Amino acid sequence: MVDRSPWLTMLSHAVMILGVMVVAFPLYLALVASTHTAAAIVQAPMPLLPGREMWANYQAALFGSGKLGSNTNVVHMMWVSFVTAMVITVGKIAISLLSAFAIVYFRFPFKMLCFWAIFLTLMLPVEVRILPTYKVVADLGLLNTYGGLTLPLIASATATFLFRQFFLTVPDELVEAARMDGAGPMRFFKDVLVPLSKTSIAALFVIQFIYGWNQYLWPLLMTTTEDMYPVVIGIKRMVGGGGEASIDWNIAMATAILAMLPPAAVVILMQKWFVKGLVDTEK
Amino acid sequence: MASISLKNVVKRYGSGKAAVPVLHGINAEINDREFIVIVGPSGCGKSTLLRMVAGLEEISGGDIAIGGRVVNNLEPAERDIAMVFQNYALYPHMTVFDNMAYGLKIKKVPIAEIKVRVDKAAKILELGHLLERKPRELSGGQRQRVAMGRAIVRQPQVFLFDEPLSNLDAKLRAQTRIEIQKLHNELGITSLFVTHDQVEAMTLAQRMIVMNAGVMEQFGTPEEVYHTPASIFVASFIGSPPMNLLHHAPNSKPGTILGIRPEHLDITSTGWEVRVDTVELLGAERLVYATMGGDRLIVRIDEGSASPKAGDTIHVTPREDRLHWFDAATGKRL
Repeated sequence: MVDRSPWLTMLSHAVMILGVMVVAFPLYLALVASTHTAAAIVQAPMPLLPGREMWANYQAALFGSGKLGSNTNVVHMMWVSFVTAMVITVGKIAISLLSAFAIVYFRFPFKMLCFWAIFLTLMLPVEVRILPTYKVVADLGLLNTYGGLTLPLIASATATFLFRQFFLTVPDELVEAARMDGAGPMRFFKDVLVPLSKTSIAALFVIQFIYGWNQYLWPLLMTTTEDMYPVVIGIKRMVGGGGEASIDWNIAMATAILAMLPPAAVVILMQKWFVKGLVDTEK
Repeated sequence: MASISLKNVVKRYGSGKAAVPVLHGINAEINDREFIVIVGPSGCGKSTLLRMVAGLEEISGGDIAIGGRVVNNLEPAERDIAMVFQNYALYPHMTVFDNMAYGLKIKKVPIAEIKVRVDKAAKILELGHLLERKPRELSGGQRQRVAMGRAIVRQPQVFLFDEPLSNLDAKLRAQTRIEIQKLHNELGITSLFVTHDQVEAMTLAQRMIVMNAGVMEQFGTPEEVYHTPASIFVASFIGSPPMNLLHHAPNSKPGTILGIRPEHLDITSTGWEVRVDTVELLGAERLVYATMGGDRLIVRIDEGSASPKAGDTIHVTPREDRLHWFDAATGKRL
C-alpha cells in the first residue's frame, strides 16, 4: 500500500471529484434542462439551476404533447422498451442455461462442434449479422412485432459460455449424489443447478437488461410504426427531426431522464446480487 | 437388508484393443448385515469397485447382485442403496433438512413421513438443532454427519462409504469411526466401506477385502488378514510398522521369503545376530531398526525393557509359531 500523506489524499480526492464531475455534469445538465421551458433553454447562457417547469415537462413527455414530431407518448415507448428488454433478458438466460447444461452434462454427437459454433458467434456482434438477420425477420413477417424486436437478440454466446464455465466448477460428486437420490437430468437442473447459478443469473440479468434496453440499431431498422418504437428511438426522433429551432429540448431531456430510470433501478435493486455474482460463487 | 454378490466383476476403460483393464475379475459374497471394508493403496481400484456397486460406473464384465437381484443395468436410484461421498456432496443451497429429504421428495414419500424419518435420523446423529442450517454453516464433522443422515433416511438395503473420514482431523476421525460402528450395530444395514487407511479397515471391518492393482489379494476377517496374510502385499500393507520380510533368513529354502512381525521378535542372548541402526521411542514401546545380512528388520520391544544402542550387536529370536513363508516368485503364502 501507498503511504498516507495529506497531499496524496488531496490529490486522489481531486482526481476523483474531477472524474465524477466529468461523468455527472451532462446528467445534471439534462436534469436541469428538463425543468425549464423550451424557450429558456435555448437562451444564450443556458440556466444551470433547476427551473419550475418540471411537472409540466414530464407530464408532456409521459403522456405526449402535440407539438413533437412524434405523437407517441413516452409511457408507451417505455413499455415497448421494457417488454423488449425483459423478453431478451429472460430468453437469453433461459436459452443459455439450457444450452450450457447440454454442453456440460450430456454426451451427444458433434458436441465440441456445437460448443465451438456457439463460441465463434461471440465474435459476431449484432451489427455484423444485421442484414441477413433483417432478411430472415422480414421473411418471417416479424417486422414491427415484439417477436422481431427480441428473437434475434436472444441467442447469446456470452451467457452460454459464462454458465458453462460455472457448471464446470460444480463438483461431479454433486451430480452423482443427485443420481443416487433419483433425480433425473431436468430435476437436477431445476433443483440443483439453477439455484446454484442464481448469483450468475442475477449478474447476467443486470447486464442483459441494460443491453436490451439500450438496443438502438436493430429497432431502428426493423420498426416502422410509431407504436413499436422503443424509448431510445423516441429520443432520437425528438432531437433528430427538422431544424435546431423546432426541437423541444426540455421534453427531449425529460424523456432522456425517464429512459435512464429503469436501467438505473435494475442496477440499484440488483446491485447486491450483481456484485456477488461477479466476485464469488456459492459452492 | 441384503447380501451383495460380486461375480467375476471386470472394469475396463476404453474399448477394443486400447482398453485399459483396472479390475481383473473380483469375486466376493457379502452376507446380509455385514460390514465390509475395502482397503488398498491409491489406484488399486477400490473406489471404482464401490462406484460400480453404486451404479456410477458401468460394469464391463461380470455380475453384481444386491439382495439376489442383478443390478448391472439399473440406475443408482433403483438399486436401493445410499452412498456417503468423500467430500460429502451436500447440496450447498439446501438446508440440512432439505438435503436429507431430497431423495424422499423425489420418491414422492408423503411429507409427514419424510418429517418423521428425517427427525429420527437427526436424533440418531445429533443433528436436531442444525436442521435449518445450510451446509456452509456447518463444520466438517457436522457435514459428514449430514451426509450419513442423508443415507440413513432412505432406509436402503446397502450403505456405501467412499473414504468418508479422509477429510476429518485425526481426533474427529477416531470419534466418527466409533459412531459408524455404533450406527451399524443399531441399524444392521449391509455396508461397503472404502478406505486407504489400514487402521480404519482393521477397526471397522467385520471382514475386509484387501486390494492391489485391480486384484483382490485377500478377503477375510481382520484377524485372518493380520495373522495369516495371503500374500507379501497383504503382509506388508496391513500392520504398522510393517512385517519384516527377510530374503536371506537363516535356514530358509531358496526362493522363499520369511515374514515376521516386529512384535514377534524377542531380544535374547543367542539367536540371529543383528546390528542396531537406530532406536525410536514411541511412548509405550520402542522400535529397534536393525540389519541382518542384506535384510533390514524392525524389532518392537516394551518401553520398560533395556534398550540397545545404535551400533550394538544384539541377538533376536523369532517366535516359531509366528513365522510366515512366502514364495518369492509369486508372492503367495506357502
